[in-house]
Amino acid sequence: MNMTLDQIIKALDLKVLTQNKDFSAQMPTHGYVSDMLSCVMTGAKHQSIWVTLQAHNNIVAVACLLELAAVIITENAQPDEDTITKANEEGITLLSSPHNSFYITGKLWEMGLRDQ
Amino acid sequence: MNTRDINFDKAPARFKGKVITDELAGSITRVEELAYILKISEVMTGEVKTLHPEHSMQDVLECMREHRISGVPIVDAKDQSLIGMVSTEDLIKCLADQDIQANLQKYMSSNLVTVNSFDHLTEALKLFAKTGVGRLPVLDEKGSLTGILTKGDVTYGLLRALQHDYQEEEVRRYRASHLFEDIESDRSSLILRYSIERYDFIHGGAASSKIKRALLRLGANPQLARRVGIGTYEAEMNLIIHTTHGGTIHAEIEPQQISVYVWDEGPGIEDVNQAMQPGFSTASEEIRELGFGAGMGLVNISRCADEMQLQSEAGKGTHLSIKFILKGEDVVGEGYTGKKGE
Repeated sequence: MNMTLDQIIKALDLKVLTQNKDFSAQMPTHGYVSDMLSCVMTGAKHQSIWVTLQAHNNIVAVACLLELAAVIITENAQPDEDTITKANEEGITLLSSPHNSFYITGKLWEMGLRDQ
Repeated sequence: MNTRDINFDKAPARFKGKVITDELAGSITRVEELAYILKISEVMTGEVKTLHPEHSMQDVLECMREHRISGVPIVDAKDQSLIGMVSTEDLIKCLADQDIQANLQKYMSSNLVTVNSFDHLTEALKLFAKTGVGRLPVLDEKGSLTGILTKGDVTYGLLRALQHDYQEEEVRRYRASHLFEDIESDRSSLILRYSIERYDFIHGGAASSKIKRALLRLGANPQLARRVGIGTYEAEMNLIIHTTHGGTIHAEIEPQQISVYVWDEGPGIEDVNQAMQPGFSTASEEIRELGFGAGMGLVNISRCADEMQLQSEAGKGTHLSIKFILKGEDVVGEGYTGKKGE
């Protein structure tokens, strides 16, 4: 699995909600999907991509503590301005897709991303 | 001589006409901030090459070639006051006229836009944007020429300031990583205290993030800092979600161990053993919709920590103590910089 965040964003046509960065320099190591924050805390690996339907501001705290590569928010759930501001402050990338978590996860798996 | 337009909008374009709220202030970049901090005198090129009005365009050509500059200020031979400026464009016009022997006054621009050395860089940035000129003569308090400012000077000045910021952070981090070395006692520790409000989801995770950052500054192994952050996060969210009046977090940092104490004054846990079961939760439907209440919080804490003690009495409150033991090079505040373990 040698895929940059930039390639993932393009392949899945994700909308970047936070500041643009050099996504081609970031290489997510694993993937994780859950809407329960404690499960993410247990299961998501360092530098993972996290797929979730949650869009409230605590996803930033979780992503920050785990140092996740990016959060993909599915089904067009829209985080509020404060959440985006906080994500920018913490250097967390928030991405958005109209598709559901199942679709996004399936695509990421097809591209070669794994949970372990 | 100073034609600086004082009515020109004071703020960068994207903040134009907006009241700068806290939120907006948060989005101001460090570079924009620096433009308001740096003085033009700190960024400009001093010791300017100048010519006098009696010189010819031939002299201008040689001066530009010799010093590799693209504009020459013309000053009065007696009092050194700024009279005009000859730029490369003026020189090209002169060459097109095949008039190189002419006195420079024929081609000199005398309607000059200048800046003051004591003004902030942002003033110069506005003038560059407004006038489209490539260089600005800089005047001192007395109105005499003291330097020249090009866009290149601005870029270089900002980069130098950013580099300085970066070094300061490194120094701060280095100092913190040696904190305990220089303080003598039988047992030194650093205690970070945080008050957590009930239902304060907006700041949920703020205390744990701050503790994690403090540990990294103290030179902790990043993996350990992450572990402490995760354990503390779960405890912090428990205070927000499950207590009657919030609670308190104390993180005590010692070189060889980190102890996090979390307590509240109610409602207390009915059955601690049951609460420790994976998946058991008393969270309301509303809380679960936010993604909390998976019944994994306490389980996560015990998984992250080296020691965990949970005491609770229904109706009174809960005391949680979690400890992380640091060994070998993982000790914090004694000069190891935590480069390992990423």
